[in-house]
Amino acid sequence: MKVTIDNITLEVEQGTTIMQAARQIGPEIAPPAMCYYEPLKASGGKCRGCLVKVMAGSEKDPRPMPKLVPACLTQVQDGMIVENTINEEVLETRRGIVEFLLLNHPLDCPVCDQAGECHLQDFSFEHGVSNTRTAEERNTFEPTDLGPNIQLHMNRCILCYRCVYTADQITDGRVHGVMNRGDHAEISTYIGKAIDNDFSGNIIDVCPVGALTDKTYRFKSRVWFSKPVEAHCDCEKCSGQVTLWYKGEEVIRVTGRKNEWGEVKEFICNTCRFDRKKTAEWTIDGPTQISRHSVISTNKYGAKLIMPAFPVIQAARDYKLIDDDRDRSFLTDQNKLEAKK
Amino acid sequence: MKILTEHIDVPGIETIDVFCKHGGYQAVEKAIKKMSPDEVTEEVKKSGLRGRGGAGFPVGMKWSFLAKPEGIPRYLVCNADESEPGTFKDHYLMWKSPHTLIEGMIVSSFALGANTSYIYVRGELMYVIHILEKAIQEAYDKGYLGKNILGSGYDLDLYVQAGGGAYICGEETALLESLEGKRGNPRIKPPFPAVKGVWQCPTVVNNVESIAATSWIINHGGDAYAAIGIGRSTGTKLISASGHIRKPGVYEIPLGITVEDFIYSDEWCGGIRDGHKLKAVVAGGSSVPILSAEMILNTVNGEKRLMTYESLSDGGFVTGTMLGSGGFIVMDETTCIVHNTLTFARFYHHESCGQCSPCREGTGWMDKVIYRIEHGKGRKEDIDLLVDVAKKIEGNTICPLGDAAAWPVAAAIRHFRDEFEWHIEHPELAIQPGAVYMRPGASWA
Repeated sequence: MKVTIDNITLEVEQGTTIMQAARQIGPEIAPPAMCYYEPLKASGGKCRGCLVKVMAGSEKDPRPMPKLVPACLTQVQDGMIVENTINEEVLETRRGIVEFLLLNHPLDCPVCDQAGECHLQDFSFEHGVSNTRTAEERNTFEPTDLGPNIQLHMNRCILCYRCVYTADQITDGRVHGVMNRGDHAEISTYIGKAIDNDFSGNIIDVCPVGALTDKTYRFKSRVWFSKPVEAHCDCEKCSGQVTLWYKGEEVIRVTGRKNEWGEVKEFICNTCRFDRKKTAEWTIDGPTQISRHSVISTNKYGAKLIMPAFPVIQAARDYKLIDDDRDRSFLTDQNKLEAKK
Repeated sequence: MKILTEHIDVPGIETIDVFCKHGGYQAVEKAIKKMSPDEVTEEVKKSGLRGRGGAGFPVGMKWSFLAKPEGIPRYLVCNADESEPGTFKDHYLMWKSPHTLIEGMIVSSFALGANTSYIYVRGELMYVIHILEKAIQEAYDKGYLGKNILGSGYDLDLYVQAGGGAYICGEETALLESLEGKRGNPRIKPPFPAVKGVWQCPTVVNNVESIAATSWIINHGGDAYAAIGIGRSTGTKLISASGHIRKPGVYEIPLGITVEDFIYSDEWCGGIRDGHKLKAVVAGGSSVPILSAEMILNTVNGEKRLMTYESLSDGGFVTGTMLGSGGFIVMDETTCIVHNTLTFARFYHHESCGQCSPCREGTGWMDKVIYRIEHGKGRKEDIDLLVDVAKKIEGNTICPLGDAAAWPVAAAIRHFRDEFEWHIEHPELAIQPGAVYMRPGASWA
């Protein structure tokens, strides 16, 4: 099946969604996903961040679709033409979506554990506007504990429902869902019941923002000051394939291994996540590959660089132009340096 | 011309004996004994009956879209979760004459080949649920429901399900979720209910009024129904008239009478209350655009506006509106449009399900901004902000609630921008109780 996204044509299999096709092209083209999470069935369609314009429905019926469609759920038809980053209507809508998502989001990034690996930060950086138009007070909630290891900051939640699907699909016996509705809806356990399940920690990994945080890691470090390392262990409950986050010699956090879209490859159990925090308990596989657009890469060593996201390429290009204008040869040319003095 | 409300004031019409005496259940006898399901569908198609819940999609066509795979049950669900502010017609019909709906349900289920059907009634109408349940029991006792109806071999079970009191559950896929016992969040389409509806089986969801009309169509023929009305707006429509009129209430009108006639004639609303003039009308329930007096009475071409789907939407959203569900709210010159818009915005803020971000955050934002304007704390840029927020919600949400929340705000600003500006420029006057801006030389003044 042939599909054209932002003037790039590729062949995909039947049943592929626009999002999957765009991801095959690369991160420059892939629409942002705040709620869609490939490993979780039925996720997506909620944040509306991935809305794209379909200029031609298919070869047979080349009419454009009247509304913007969610890329994460819309299946590709043969001969479909999609516009994502080159369509002003799409970009304008995305600016609106960022504005909506930040409307009741506390912007407490300086003290948020997610800062640095937060999808909302990235989304806002790539698609948001710099000014704010709201003068309204934000809706606030009290932080609550979901069991001994997880804390919920409902203020930061963007109601992507990923954790609800995780609780539904990964864990058995669901005690976690959404209460109330509208902008006062909140993620909650049934009457404050603790989440008591071997795989409950995965709701931290799937959370795109800092709403669900690991209490064993809270306020220990900024994400970009810790070094991710791939490791594994023999675990009877899960695959044992994890990422260890080091600060100095100390393992401060254990998470599932994530792919370049921030989706965990394999869900891990709570024992691996919360209790195995000594290097001796793990076999190290090597450094984690980190996308260069992530701030985590500022503290990276020797990893293969993945293509940075489109706006970052642009920013880097712009910077290079400014940079080239400057006469920096004095840094190497001792004579010139002397002359400058 | 009355079809649904012909016998509605007969004492005891809620009992099956009185109902049968006035021609009740003849359509069931005729359809099940003499017609095939396809013939019933064909007759409904011929009638040109359009969905009465708001969107106005042709009922016959919706039925023909129903997937009919072998061995998989099909369902008919009646949407009686009427919650739109300004609309109270289904409530009236079910309360007064429950058998009208049940007869329509049997005929429609027969046409669709459904052996189980549901009536999803909003939870606030508990006494209507009791009335319906009693009526269904009577129909079972008479053999119109249950196994082997009238000896034809056709089985049908009819259930009443109470909603939990959420406006969103009137959206068909949210209704199906709620019916299945889950949180009433709209589903993402496709797949449409005609392919995967309740219990993941093909399902048709129709409004109370649409289903109730089918029995008359079977009795008198689709052509007779199509003869009433104008063009593609055939038949009669229940209009819930409320607001500053002499005679508020539910009226069954033949589609095609003029709006002016409907408001001022003694047969219907009886005119604006004494000593006042018409200012604005919300023609189809709170979610459709509000129109000023001159726009609702005449189209932009100077023709008289008619009570039809086409005429009311003449001029698009620039000068037109929609027939919607027929919640006809009339306002005289004492009405503050800003306050009215605030009431609508607050409603949609409260009722948004919170599943997708534009609607969840946008409805709350609009509510808060209009609240500020109404309470004398508006800023100049707020009006354009509201227009922009409405534009960014519209069309970008999973279900039509986003559109329904955005349209009334956008339309109020489109047609009554000066009132919003006055609130912002003269906060000290605007916060006075009952203060209303009077447009200089306004036609309603």
